[in-house]
Parts: sequence; C-alpha cells; structure tokens
Amino acid sequence: MGDFKPQIIAFCCYYCAYAAADVAGSLRLQYAPEVRVIEIPCSGRVDPVVILKAFEEGADGVYVAGCLEGDCHFLKGNIRARKRVEYIQKILSELGIEPERLAMYNLSGAQGDRFAEIADEFTARIKKLGPSPVKVGDSL
Amino acid sequence: MIVAQPKPVKEVADYIKECAKVLVVGCSGCTSVCLAGGETEAEILATALRILRKKQGRPLETLVTTITRQCDPEFVAGIAEKVSQVDAVVSLGCGVGVQFLAEHYPDKWVLPALNTVFAGGTVQAGLWEERCGLCGDCVLHLTGGICPITRCAKSIQNGPCGGSQNGKCEINPDTPCAWHLIYEKLSALGRLDLMLEYRPAKDWSKERSGGPRLVQRKDAEL
Repeated sequence: MGDFKPQIIAFCCYYCAYAAADVAGSLRLQYAPEVRVIEIPCSGRVDPVVILKAFEEGADGVYVAGCLEGDCHFLKGNIRARKRVEYIQKILSELGIEPERLAMYNLSGAQGDRFAEIADEFTARIKKLGPSPVKVGDSL
Repeated sequence: MIVAQPKPVKEVADYIKECAKVLVVGCSGCTSVCLAGGETEAEILATALRILRKKQGRPLETLVTTITRQCDPEFVAGIAEKVSQVDAVVSLGCGVGVQFLAEHYPDKWVLPALNTVFAGGTVQAGLWEERCGLCGDCVLHLTGGICPITRCAKSIQNGPCGGSQNGKCEINPDTPCAWHLIYEKLSALGRLDLMLEYRPAKDWSKERSGGPRLVQRKDAEL
C-alpha cells in the first residue's frame, strides 16, 4: 500500500476553500499533491450525481469544502452541502463503499494553513482506507 | 400527489442482474416533486447501478431519460426508440407509471425503482404526509377539511375512539387524533352542528376493494 497514490477530488467553494487554496499557494505551503481542486460557486451547488460520478470514474476520495457555518455567501449553501454529503454517504454505504471516502469541511478564505491541513488529513485517511472498491472491482 | 420512496439500490440492482444495458426512466410528475423519481434521482440511480456493477466487474450500460408523466400514454410512447435499445426498463414513476410502461412495451421487462406509498402533500421541505385515502366518497365537507379516512388510524367515521388522549392518537403520541382536530376545527368555524347530524353509513362500495375503478368523460374522448 506504500506506493498507493490516491485520486482525490476536492470541490471547493469559490468564496472560501478555493480562496484558501490561493492563500496556501502564496504562503508556499506544501500539501498533498494527490488532491485535485475543482472550483464551484458555492458548496451548496455540488450535485450528488457529480460526486457519485467522481467515484464511478475512479476517485478514491472526494471532499466538499465550504464556508464556515453561518458564513455562507448564499446564506445556507454550506448547510445544504453538509446535508447532501450525508445523503450521499448513505448511498455510498448502500453501494459497499466506505462513507468515510466522502467528507465535508468548513473553512474561511483566509485559512490557507487549514486548507493544506485538510488536504493532508483527508489524503492520509484515504491512504489508510486503500484504493476505492470501485477501482479494485471488488465483488460484493 | 402520489408520494413514493426509492427502493434500496441493491434491490433494483438485483432485478436487473442479468441485463447488460438498461433504460432508467424518471418521471417529471408526482415522483419528481417528492424527490424520489425526477431527473436528478434517475441520474443518481443510474450512476449507483453502474458503480455497483463496476465493482462486480460486470459493467452495466445505462440510458437515462425523464418524461413529463409516466401515467400518460402519449409521453410513454415518446421513448420507444430508447426502449428498443435496452434489455430492461427501470421506472422511477409511481406504480401507475411502471404499469403504463409495461403495457405500452409488452415485450420489455419493466421494473420498479420506487415503492409507491400514498396520496399526500408536502407538509414542510423534505417531509410528505398522507392526506387522502382515495375512498371515492369524499367527506371533507363534513369534517372541516380534515380526512378521517387517512388521518385516523382506524378510519373511524364518527370518532374519536376511546384511545384518543390529550388530542393524540393511541398508536403514536406524536400523531394528532383526527377527530380531535375535526372537533377543534368545526368548533372554530362555528359548525359543531355537523357533528350532531345523523348520517347514513359511508358508502364504501366506491372504495378500491371492488377492483380497478374507472372515471370516464365522454366529452373528452377523441
């Protein structure tokens, strides 16, 4: 498992996590290179189909990063995102995929250090879980 | 509207375990409104089914489409070309939709992805409640707009029963007693006289136990 390089997709809200990624870059912070960042206009915009398709296409882990609760630019987008993530975690369980492969994080646009920390923390979690059962073609 | 709930994905996957290609059909009618069988839910189910099969090393091909109403032959007929390409059709319509698809495409295996639960409405975002028992002989004009068929566990017509306690039903302390609600409503409307009226027994012959009922409008025929 030592050479396992997970594919991780991070759906990052433009108003916080995506800006925090910029801050992390400006600060020259190193974080897990396995994380592929996708900008979204609000964490509440993330669609269950898109998350499931990420897993279908071979993602080992997916996380959604939105604003701190109470700070959503669109008021409740991050709350909706959290509920949606919980809903998709249930679907993943039904499909025999560990729900921990999907997570929701909250941070502000100024928290470059937290962005890097989340990327490292989630990547470590996925490395521990190993490759996605979808990729492995694991039988039920 | 007709309210439905998704069946477990594995159950649906089991229905189509022999198939290589299926058509997942959503419905833009009731099941779309109760977030069980619309465009998004059809895509979610198709993706989930593909993931399951990919995991099993037997990839599944899916076509996904959503039609205006599965309970209307003209919309059902519109997907003939797609239906012809697949081994089976998975419907996210209510029980009516599944049957209309199965009748229209008699040589195709049509399977339900939902459990049809009741006729009801959205009481708050994400919560639907049964409100109509489809008894065929509506009594809401006598009960202040509160249905004793669905909202009373015993469907009592001259309640409340002895199990009503503090305005709640004996089956569940969170369920209001329908007849308590009816009394309160009629009282507020100044129409308690309706509760004192002698009425003949309800005509249950119009209910569904006599087989499928028909409603006909000659003037609407083509």
